[in-house]
Amino acid sequence: MMETALFYFFGVIALLSAINVVAQRKVFYSAISLIICLCAVAALYMTLEAPFIAAIQIIVYAGAIMVLFVFVIMLLDPFSAAVLRDKKKPLSYLAVLLAILVLTALYPILRSFDPAQTPRMVDSMSGDAASIKHLGQVLFTQFLVPFEVTSVLILVAIIGVVVLARRQS
Amino acid sequence: MDLIHYLVLSMLLFIIGAAGFIIKKNVISVFLCLELMLNAVNLSFVAFAKHLNQVQGQIFVFLVMVVAAAEAAVGLAITIVLYRNRKTLSVDDADSMKW
Repeated sequence: MMETALFYFFGVIALLSAINVVAQRKVFYSAISLIICLCAVAALYMTLEAPFIAAIQIIVYAGAIMVLFVFVIMLLDPFSAAVLRDKKKPLSYLAVLLAILVLTALYPILRSFDPAQTPRMVDSMSGDAASIKHLGQVLFTQFLVPFEVTSVLILVAIIGVVVLARRQS
Repeated sequence: MDLIHYLVLSMLLFIIGAAGFIIKKNVISVFLCLELMLNAVNLSFVAFAKHLNQVQGQIFVFLVMVVAAAEAAVGLAITIVLYRNRKTLSVDDADSMKW
């Protein structure tokens, strides 16, 4: 009962702020409502018994990535018309129509999916699903190679950003 | 709470993000819609991880977040260079490679 109420409360917040991201004309307000959406989804992660993912959603996503976005918006002279301007494209209603079309096409597929038929694997965890200890054990044994590869990816991104943003003299 | 509720919410968020990706003109707005789509997919990953009682779905979300951080950093650097060279942020003005 409690979980249902929490799901609908945070789900509605996430949906409304997501719509506001798209509907908002000013980029800065879009970024702020995306932060609200990310926080609502983090609350949904808590209801899904994923406290670690919820924490890094707040710290990394809403904290670091969105601050980067806001920094760049501020850096690019937020009061100039070029940054503020977000005119609607002439055919934008077509995109909304297409979105509704995809939605109606996807919904029956989702309805026909029977969760009871998918195999439930119970070997990996017991009781307290996704305890952080278990997550760390799997991450540093079974997924050690992908984890190390992501550090190379981050290094490549750092070098790329420094090269791109350097002022050519 | 069923898996299906989370999947429908994830689908709605993804569709909103995809529609915004098409509608928006400003490069930074397009990036924000991209983050919204990544976030929707993460939600369905975590929902499946709970449903299957497996932790691997959460590890995938972790990796997706790392990739999203790298992508946001590089994309915003490109945005800054674009603004410095062209004094514009409109995706329609950056059409040198279009024919």
